[in-house]
Amino acid sequence: MEKIKFATVWLAGCSGCHMSFLDMDEWLIDLAQYVDVVYSPVGCDLKEYPDNVDVCLVEGAVANQENLELLEEVRAKTKLLISFGDCAVTANVPAMRNMLGTAEAVLKRGYLELGDCNQQLPYAPGIVPELLDRVTPIHELVKVDIFMPGCPPSADRIKATIEPLLNGEQPKMEGREMIKFG
Amino acid sequence: MSVKTLTINDQPIAIEEGKTILDAAKEAGIPIPTLCHLEGVSDVGACRLCLVEVKGINKLLPACVTQVAEGMEISTNTPKLQEYRRMAVELIFAEGNHVCSVCVANNNCELQDVAVEVGMDHSRFVYRFPDRGVDVSHSQFGIDHNRCILCTRCVRVCDEVEGAHVWDVAQRGAACYIVSGMNQPWGEVEACTSCGKCVDACPTGAIFRKGTTTAEKAGDREKLEFLVTAREQGQWTR
Ligand code: SF4
Ligand code: SF4
Ligand code: FES
Repeated sequence: MEKIKFATVWLAGCSGCHMSFLDMDEWLIDLAQYVDVVYSPVGCDLKEYPDNVDVCLVEGAVANQENLELLEEVRAKTKLLISFGDCAVTANVPAMRNMLGTAEAVLKRGYLELGDCNQQLPYAPGIVPELLDRVTPIHELVKVDIFMPGCPPSADRIKATIEPLLNGEQPKMEGREMIKFG
Repeated sequence: MSVKTLTINDQPIAIEEGKTILDAAKEAGIPIPTLCHLEGVSDVGACRLCLVEVKGINKLLPACVTQVAEGMEISTNTPKLQEYRRMAVELIFAEGNHVCSVCVANNNCELQDVAVEVGMDHSRFVYRFPDRGVDVSHSQFGIDHNRCILCTRCVRVCDEVEGAHVWDVAQRGAACYIVSGMNQPWGEVEACTSCGKCVDACPTGAIFRKGTTTAEKAGDREKLEFLVTAREQGQWTR
């Protein structure tokens, strides 16, 4: 049997969804029989997102230029894209900065007004990615195939979403166990 | 008192004149999702969750403020209603700032429950991320307007049960908000008796007790029960 090319990416989120993914514990060993992990901050060392990925879990909202570029690349190279966790689905905590307005207002607040010493704006073009003016959920930017809310989604919810896919079936994203936010 | 006969989802029902479709559905054990409805106070039809279809009427009617009539044929769960209900809930989420993971009401929120009920796994509407305020000037309570869904349950419970009328609705459209006193900080409103009824009436995490942190605003069944029967029994304080 040909293995499923599986990836996970981490955009603007706390990595909690990935930690919850690791909480699937021994089921990860079962999963490994079905999938090749081709890109993932917790499961693979490759630095370039490969072509022809079958399934990708995307954690995090889109907050900076790097998030945006990676998301677009992921969408272009992936068959089934899963919006993974509340930050990806609603923009969640990272989007609380949207209430301050533009990226400039956010940086001024964080680095100048609230800085205790050496107040200065970060400036390192090409090294530190530019903040976008507005943090957005991923489906406002690219097509999403499955939404898995939760902050983080529990290991059980992640398993119940992925397991049917291994048999070519669609998961049922309904009911408290599967779609409750928070 | 005259009785009206009607059907809900093809189930025949007889109920007193003057009752609402929501009353009739409750009596028949047919669930209709609601948010702004609170037993014990008047209904206003603010949230549109309880919309139903009535044969021969080409618009959807809110069950909580529509009186029963003879021969009505009512449906409560058609695909059209399911779609509109889900849209109503998505609009509520997109309108405010609902960050459930850090909310006092997480796991105890009627809006969250309704989102699960209507099958909302994401909002198809673009989030507004409005800039709304938080008022923690009251010594015991706070209001976070980011989580307010403008159901006006606080307004009605304060006016109709406590008789203090601290709350009201200010502005219109996107600028609409719940206002205390004469647009004063809540803590400066002398009419407030600090009874806490609005805290218990609020279906979300918008009004909370100070010192409650993430997921700690558990609904107090007994207090809610009190709100429901207080007006009938003429108990104004507890
Ligand atoms: S009020 Fe309810 S829906 Fe809104 S953030 Fe709090 S828990 Fe979530
Ligand atoms: S504060 Fe709570 S009870 Fe009052 S209108 Fe807002 S959501 Fe409703
Ligand atoms: S419960 Fe009827 S409109 Fe809100």
